[in-house]
Amino acid sequence: MANVVVVTSGKGGVGKTTSTAGLGTALAQTGQRVVVVDFDVGLRNLDLVLGAERRVVFDFINVVQGVVKLHQALIRDKRVETLWLLPASQTRDKDALTDEGVARVIGELRNKFDWILCDSPAGIERGATLAMRHADMAVIVTNPEVSSVRDSDRIIGLLDSKTERAERGEQLPKHILVTRFDPARASRGEMLNIADVLEILSLPLLGIIPESEEVLRASNIGAPVVLNNPESAPARAYMDSARRLMGEQIDMIVPSEKRGFFNKLFGRRAA
Amino acid sequence: MNTQVRPRPVNFRGRSYLAFSLAPEPPLASWLLDLDAAIRRSAGFFVGRPAVLDLGKAQLSPDEIAGLIHDLDARDIRIMGIEGVKPADLPPNLPPVLTSGRPASGGEMAQPAAAKPAEAPAAEKAAKGKAENKPVKPAPSSLLVDQPVRSGQTIFHPHGDVIVLGSVSSGAEIVAGGSIHIYGVLRGRAMAGANGNAKARIFCRKIEAELLAIAGFYRTADDLVENLRNRPIQAWLDGETMLIAALE
Repeated sequence: MANVVVVTSGKGGVGKTTSTAGLGTALAQTGQRVVVVDFDVGLRNLDLVLGAERRVVFDFINVVQGVVKLHQALIRDKRVETLWLLPASQTRDKDALTDEGVARVIGELRNKFDWILCDSPAGIERGATLAMRHADMAVIVTNPEVSSVRDSDRIIGLLDSKTERAERGEQLPKHILVTRFDPARASRGEMLNIADVLEILSLPLLGIIPESEEVLRASNIGAPVVLNNPESAPARAYMDSARRLMGEQIDMIVPSEKRGFFNKLFGRRAA
Repeated sequence: MNTQVRPRPVNFRGRSYLAFSLAPEPPLASWLLDLDAAIRRSAGFFVGRPAVLDLGKAQLSPDEIAGLIHDLDARDIRIMGIEGVKPADLPPNLPPVLTSGRPASGGEMAQPAAAKPAEAPAAEKAAKGKAENKPVKPAPSSLLVDQPVRSGQTIFHPHGDVIVLGSVSSGAEIVAGGSIHIYGVLRGRAMAGANGNAKARIFCRKIEAELLAIAGFYRTADDLVENLRNRPIQAWLDGETMLIAALE
């Protein structure tokens, strides 16, 4: 049975696209057939983050309008053979995506893939509600700071009312993915800590992705951090999160402050 | 046998009633928003009151008039007559056009009468997080919400108390005709005694509220005394002052 997962947040710039690429790649590396779908019409980024921007010929809107078949628009990743991308259009706007068209395409994708990750645009308007409409599961990406948490709360409320599952009265499993977590700032009280975030949002935690320069390096190269630097902290956190998405129980590692070499040498007071 | 039934005279009498006149002004969308804000402040006001639509200030097409009546109906405002427009300009099947209305005094929006339980306002939104215009369920006298109330959601229950088993997020609203009991953190707005019930109280396990209101008298977060933050409290009205004390 295919799983449609919406990766959403409400707030912009928190790491939805990065996380869709990271989780999608990690899932595909375990052998699952994964397609990542970019719902951000007009402001597409998923193709950039996956390094596929020079191979986009047809896009989601072309498929919705029946101009091309789905397989003509799907782009296979060159590095991970079970990972595919359905890019968004850059030149149109979101009104070109119709409810029936999206429903039809998601239906076709369900027949071909194990996981369909929908990269939602920011906001609570039509683009975001379309991306969540057919979801079987939701990953809410949140930065540990007040504006992001409040916006995530808003989008969680919408997930409970604007999805097909909600309309049928079924439960939609939702998980929080905390991104850009900086333990030093959290301990100084500049950012919320994980317990605060979970207390406000009251949902299970999928993973904690630490703030890291590796993420920007990877997206500049056009590879998800999971492929570009698999030993880095964010990559390992994405891989753990993907396994939790598949149902595995893995202990949560809360990133702690890194103590530099000199800190360790001179960090203790003389007796 | 010749039974000729003699027609009985039908009584036509003149009677006058006091009705409220709603006069929309363009743009309609923002007038409807103002109306919603007024309804929220004085919930249940229009329930059971005759209302007349005065279209003198808004030049509306027949379609727009039909749409407006429909929007008002959705807010449970039943229009019994229309004034300020010529009968020819109205679409069919609408309330009759009235003329010779006269201003009369009859009470203000500030202190509405309590809504009778029998007339359930259609504006009530069912709980369980589905606060985006869902159909009305028959109203119990107190409403139990067993999930957290998320930002942007409104729980509107003019018939009695609201009990929330969870927290109320920042940006969420609880509007109750009776008291509000929150077994969690109140971070949003709680407005009790929405129909003017000054005996209503607000209780919560932890107060980080944006706004508390009882029967229209409100206090904002700025006003809350520092030593009450993060403690279980109750808020009640003493005359026109809202008192808040720790529940210990």
